[in-house]
Amino acid sequence: MSKILIRGAQVLGGEPQDVLIDGETIAQVGTGLSAEGVDTVIEAAGQVLLPGLVDLHTHLREPGREDSETVLTGTRAAASGGYTAVFAMANTFPVADTAGVVEQVWRLGKESGYCDVQPIGAVTVGLEGKKLSELGAMHESAARVTVFSDDGKCVDDAVIMRRALEYVKAFGGVVAQHAQEPRLTEGAQMNEGTVSAELGLGGWPAVAEESIIARDVLLAEHVGSRVHICHLSTAGSVEIVRWAKSRGIDVTAEVTPHHLLLTDELVRSYNPVYKVNPPLRTERDVMALREALADGTIDIVATDHAPHPHEDKDCEWAAAAMGMVGLETALSVVQQTMVETGMLDWAGVADRMSFAPARIGGLSHQHGRPVSAGEPANLTLVDTSYRGVVDPAHFASRSRNTPYEGRELPGRVTHTFLRGRATVVDGKLA
Amino acid sequence: MKRHLISAADLTRDDAVLILDTAEEMARVADRPIKKLPTLRGRTICNLFFEDSTRTRISFEAAEKRLSADVINFAAKGSSVSKGESLKDTAQTLEAMGVDAVVIRHHASGAPYRLANSGWIDAPVINAGDGTHQHPTQALLDAFTMRRRLVGRDAGLGKGLDGRRITIVGDVLHSRVARSNVDLLHTLGAEVTLVAPPTLVPVGVENWPCEISYSLDEVLPKSDAVMMLRVQRERMNAAFFPTEREYSRRYGLDAARMAKMPEHAIVMHPGPMVRGMEITAEVADSDRCTVVEQVANGVSIRMAVLYLLLGGSEPAVTTARTEENK
Repeated sequence: MSKILIRGAQVLGGEPQDVLIDGETIAQVGTGLSAEGVDTVIEAAGQVLLPGLVDLHTHLREPGREDSETVLTGTRAAASGGYTAVFAMANTFPVADTAGVVEQVWRLGKESGYCDVQPIGAVTVGLEGKKLSELGAMHESAARVTVFSDDGKCVDDAVIMRRALEYVKAFGGVVAQHAQEPRLTEGAQMNEGTVSAELGLGGWPAVAEESIIARDVLLAEHVGSRVHICHLSTAGSVEIVRWAKSRGIDVTAEVTPHHLLLTDELVRSYNPVYKVNPPLRTERDVMALREALADGTIDIVATDHAPHPHEDKDCEWAAAAMGMVGLETALSVVQQTMVETGMLDWAGVADRMSFAPARIGGLSHQHGRPVSAGEPANLTLVDTSYRGVVDPAHFASRSRNTPYEGRELPGRVTHTFLRGRATVVDGKLA
Repeated sequence: MKRHLISAADLTRDDAVLILDTAEEMARVADRPIKKLPTLRGRTICNLFFEDSTRTRISFEAAEKRLSADVINFAAKGSSVSKGESLKDTAQTLEAMGVDAVVIRHHASGAPYRLANSGWIDAPVINAGDGTHQHPTQALLDAFTMRRRLVGRDAGLGKGLDGRRITIVGDVLHSRVARSNVDLLHTLGAEVTLVAPPTLVPVGVENWPCEISYSLDEVLPKSDAVMMLRVQRERMNAAFFPTEREYSRRYGLDAARMAKMPEHAIVMHPGPMVRGMEITAEVADSDRCTVVEQVANGVSIRMAVLYLLLGGSEPAVTTARTEENK
């Protein structure tokens, strides 16, 4: 294995330091480290060094929708965005509701080599919300599944949700809920409010998310389980999670980059690139989400990277698929919305995008580790002074459905290291 | 005026008055023995209907034919097209055949906007009703009808509907007619009040330039025109109101209610009417009801819109007002 010296990087945004990688681990962190015997020296003055990012919410689409993404293209996109581990959502075809499917995804991840892939198992068979999947079998499989989610669909039956929350306690699992009351969102196309009233698009009311979150934190309290809330999107949801945490309920929550930046005003263009679930909300919600991420009410940023082929977005709004790609722009959006607004420092970003997601997902032995000697060399080097216009033609993802095309965003991942091996070098996939 | 007609909100007051005045000229053609103008001779217009609407389609077709355009009717049931050919492919196919304008009716809100703004085609796009979004030519024909009845056929020329009190009653939530009318009537200076049960008013309505009332009886005496919207019976299955009977009792227009309206006030309906639901036969067949006039006016309005978007500089009718056309 090779020795790599990263020179003068601001570790977690702090004072410049040298970091020596030897093989798969960080050998030394300090100043004035010798380059003797080192294979590669990376001059990183002015750049920020972070622990490799961890995404708790990625759609890799394989098996079943390889026309939009595969494990290989998705992990290449992840590495480009500075990620060293991603959690692959279960809504594939077939659904990842058996040990067989999660092991397939896990093995494809191993073969890709660009980042670690930790499969998420479906809570219910076929995501249908009726019958629990074999959660224990998925946990005991080679994939060691600990996060379970029917993402894309809400586990809306209160009894099924309660049982799932209880059942996974046996092996330290966690249920990640896609909070969407189905009856309140029949035919929903966008956030329900002044813009939907004008555009004549079916409304997705905030209460449909908030009522499920309120129910689930109370269920988690009642049965003494932990619950994770996917892509929280409203100011009201923030208040409920804040209340639950103050009460000691074991709840964690994520926010997507797009909900930190974009609002439903963009839907006026009827351009389905802005169609996503949960929908883009209002400016007031965006501000509440940023504050909640800053104060820790929201624990993590998760991308909800949702690739779709061009034809599923190049159509009228109602016919279009919901979702946006996000792995390759997430860190830039967080830099713009949280760091450059002074709401979060780089140590805070490391927590929200690496330490905390690894902890919630049970990957803390490998990922989301401190940048110090003896730790696995999962690292991301960021040129924070970079400014560039997003051009989806340069994406590693197979899909191009980004809402940021043509938009200037700050920051660029120059290097990503997965256990000491560079997956990205000088901003390009290795 | 813009190149396309997508939303009534896109029209300035000058645009709207120009369309109404032009429609008056077009209406005179209907009184001639030969109801045809050569204005759009050699131009091809496609009526692209993704949703059934015989009334609107034949109204456009009549308007197109009176202007001597060549007409292609393309009826595509939403489901078969959405499973197969996309809106984009359909539109590009039509353009390749040399269509000069597309009149589109679509079940999806925003489909005409996408067609006009996605670079798929160059031809002007006229929205003939999209989902629960807009139906601008309906709003124009309604305004035309109101101006004729409330201001006067000749006295109305060059004028809007300033100070006129217009009440729109019914399923506002699902109505593109209500949205278009609120926008256009506000532009023309009218005061609009929407009346509906709270379940049929959209969340977010507070930004609309109009008043909201839940009581028809309070509003009727202060109305110069009352527009009844169609209420689909299926709505009650989704709990928007308890029963047809209760809806009629609270929000339907019968003779007793009509008597509360001022002498001069008119009753309007975009059709098709559900007699016995939002309107009784007695009211629908009364002299104050303008439903049939609205249909006739629809042809004049659509002629005016097509002429203004496609006709360019030539005067449409070689009589008066040539100086205004420049």
